[in-house]
Amino acid sequence: MSEQIDEGLKNELQKQGIWVTSMQELYNWGRKNSIWPLQFGLACCAIEMIATAASRYDLARFGGEVFRPSPRQADLMIVAGTVTKKMAPQIVRLYNQMPDPKYVISMGACAISGGPFKQGYNVLKGIDRYIPVDVYIPGCPPRPEALLHAFMELQRKIDGQKLTGAGKAAHLRAEQPSEFPVPEFGAHDLVPPANPDLFRPPPIQR
Amino acid sequence: MTPSPYFFLVVFCGVALVFPIAPLALAWLWRRFFQTPKPGAAKNATYECGVESLGGAQVQFQSQFYLYAIIFLIFDVESIFLVPFAVAFTGLPIGAFIAMLVFLLLLLEGLVWAWSKGCLDWVK
Repeated sequence: MSEQIDEGLKNELQKQGIWVTSMQELYNWGRKNSIWPLQFGLACCAIEMIATAASRYDLARFGGEVFRPSPRQADLMIVAGTVTKKMAPQIVRLYNQMPDPKYVISMGACAISGGPFKQGYNVLKGIDRYIPVDVYIPGCPPRPEALLHAFMELQRKIDGQKLTGAGKAAHLRAEQPSEFPVPEFGAHDLVPPANPDLFRPPPIQR
Repeated sequence: MTPSPYFFLVVFCGVALVFPIAPLALAWLWRRFFQTPKPGAAKNATYECGVESLGGAQVQFQSQFYLYAIIFLIFDVESIFLVPFAVAFTGLPIGAFIAMLVFLLLLLEGLVWAWSKGCLDWVK
């Protein structure tokens, strides 16, 4: 879509006061500037998330201040904090209940890998075992600026998503699943311990 | 020629129809040509929460809660009367003490009556 008009010509027209855009750009522009996060926090990272949404850091500048209390209205899930194995099925279910297109920010060391509690018997070693994560934020906890950076990264990602063609966004492809299996409580661990279709960690080089 | 004074109502009705229908039609077109719907069990669930709902919504509460509530209320009121009585206990004349004692005994009798009637036995 956007390939159909030359960038130089577009800039030239813009200087003359003529704005040329495409359906894809317009759609993505609207989407990336109105990302509504799901209102839930898990641990100390949630405090940083609250600070990000409050006046000092002001997530509203990026259009993300409308925290929704219902997954039905949310576009973005910020997994802010330690995910216990008790909580993991609920998070996956909430993710499943969100309508497409949906995005996930894995905030902090705990949500990425279990963080300082990785050795804990009841701590999930990363939420990306069950749901696809778009942006990871390292830190323990990450500062609000880091969350803003992740938010901007996500906006960049949304801006680059294609509506048509071979490389179109995942939520537009019919064969891509929108819901992922919810893990169940087994005798010692969650069953399955990770979604094999989703979680492919790189082999460790020693 | 001046338009009919009701002409603006016609315009108003037209706008009132187009305004809600246009976004719905756009959304429908979007769904039709770009985004295939992906319904699922969790997405279509009634209860929008991470926890699965248990049991039915048509739960009946026993009327015995009512008796418990009444007995609780009586002794709740009694405790309110007892506090000023206890504070002013040393300065009270004998008549006031007897009046309070009668009040307490009346309530106690009520409790014994309710107990003997089986009001405090929980019926399954």
